[in-house]
Amino acid sequence: MNDYPQILFKNRRPGETVFLDGFRQTGGYQGLEKAIRAMTPLEVRETVKRSGLRGRGGAGFSTGLKWSFFPADQPGDKYLVCNCDEMEPGTYKDRQLLMADPHQLIEGVILSAWALQVSEAYIFIRYAYEQEARNLERAIAEAKDAGYLGTDILDSGWSLRIHVHRSAGRYILGEETAQLNGIEGVRPNPRSKPPFPAVKGLWGRPTTVNNVETLADVPHIITGGAEWFKNLARNGDGAGTKLFGLSGHMERTECFELPVGIPLREVIFDVGGGIRGGREFKACLPGGASTPYLTREHLDVAMDFDTLEAVGSRFGTAGVTAFDNDTCMVAVTLNLIRFFARESCGWCTPCRDGLSFIQWLLEEIEAGRGNMEQIEMLKHQRRNITGRSFCALAEGAMGPLDGLLRLFEDELEDHVRKGRCPFQ
Amino acid sequence: MNELLPQPEHDHFRAKAAASEHPRELIIDLLRAIQEHHGWVPDEGVELTAEILGLSPLQVEEIATFYDKIFRRPVGRKVIHYCDSICCWATGGEQVAAHLQQKLGIGPGETTADGAFTLLPSCCLGACGDAPAMMIELKLYGRLTPEKIDAALEKEKD
Repeated sequence: MNDYPQILFKNRRPGETVFLDGFRQTGGYQGLEKAIRAMTPLEVRETVKRSGLRGRGGAGFSTGLKWSFFPADQPGDKYLVCNCDEMEPGTYKDRQLLMADPHQLIEGVILSAWALQVSEAYIFIRYAYEQEARNLERAIAEAKDAGYLGTDILDSGWSLRIHVHRSAGRYILGEETAQLNGIEGVRPNPRSKPPFPAVKGLWGRPTTVNNVETLADVPHIITGGAEWFKNLARNGDGAGTKLFGLSGHMERTECFELPVGIPLREVIFDVGGGIRGGREFKACLPGGASTPYLTREHLDVAMDFDTLEAVGSRFGTAGVTAFDNDTCMVAVTLNLIRFFARESCGWCTPCRDGLSFIQWLLEEIEAGRGNMEQIEMLKHQRRNITGRSFCALAEGAMGPLDGLLRLFEDELEDHVRKGRCPFQ
Repeated sequence: MNELLPQPEHDHFRAKAAASEHPRELIIDLLRAIQEHHGWVPDEGVELTAEILGLSPLQVEEIATFYDKIFRRPVGRKVIHYCDSICCWATGGEQVAAHLQQKLGIGPGETTADGAFTLLPSCCLGACGDAPAMMIELKLYGRLTPEKIDAALEKEKD
């Protein structure tokens, strides 16, 4: 395996968690010191924009652009929310960072909060990540004692409080407006946009929501510079490194920090050690449950946002789940649709009713009770749901269905013709 | 586990709610605290939460019933959440579920006769690299085999 530059994972050792001393020994909090002592908040935001950093939570929106919509100079309460819900199947990268080096996130939150001139930040963390929440609380206490957090941070006159909000399950809480409702303590259905959180977020005040990895990248961009960060990527348009969580049928199902733009072939066969038991690679989810499949024909595609969109998929969270040649893609898609149908909040009809209907159609076909008309009904449902649901959940569910219909329609037809699953 | 909330925690939440600009944001913390002590959240727990935070019981109920890790019905002393999402499914998750059901003699959503365990399917636990996985309460068990499941159940039985 190549020697990939390690930025976020530089302090990562098996079974260990690095706290303040270890973090500072490797340059921790230097980005924050540099920003507060030598830069203006606007300069930080501009640097992040120039670095090409795009959101690591799945949507891939330019972080600098998102921040440019935020009224940093407006007086009054404003909030930064760090999204650590991480419930997209196949995604477990943020957890690795918080187990290895929680101050990476805390410095990122403090620096970003300063760039946005907010005095109150929330870290929203999922129920299952209790040890990670405790690591964060310890890191917050240490940062406070060291003067990086609290009142008059590094003699700047600026103060910040960080709250850790522990959640209690449900995938929809990863949707940013549902998450804001979750923090406020109201029923976490998503809110309508506009108004966007930058205008009206937590308690009706300007709010920005960023992913864990996105925020952890910020101090490194400030320390190393926008150009340096951009050049970490393997492809011209890309920027930075990315935490890839490998899962499924690969030999090495672990989390790795790899350059953005790395070809899929290198991820699966070099880093991941290929497919288990010497089997053949059939397909993968490139970035979580909501990203359309990639197959052998895509092995040389650069793993980045625009390059994957150009081949009909998405980079998502870079949680790569691989499937071997003996895997039934109808069954894979059924599993994914079941997840989305169960996790639907029930607010809008396309999601609540449409996903259950798709689940039923796939169950019929997978069980050998399907007919060709039902394959047409799947296409009809895809058309009906795409672009018509209230939030991104059902839209995301269409990712694997779209991949199935586009790349594996022959497998669907084979189920119908044979009257059974050909893989069983 | 009859007590809804021990007095010190009761006082803690009352003080926090009084000091907060938005007491409602404490709702999940409070429901989780009640569940921690009582095992699940009965009607009286919803009413107590409402009273402490200055809400109506209905405003609490619509939260309590939304989250899948808040239990509005009695559960066993420990809850087993086995993952049925894609990475665990691809690496033998269905066999894990079958083994758990056979070993415990219950189906998903049920509690063993001795009240030791409740078995619940769960969406992705964020342990995709260590699939197949389950959580018993908040403790994660990964790379499960029938032997590892048996050992975990033995260890967690109390």
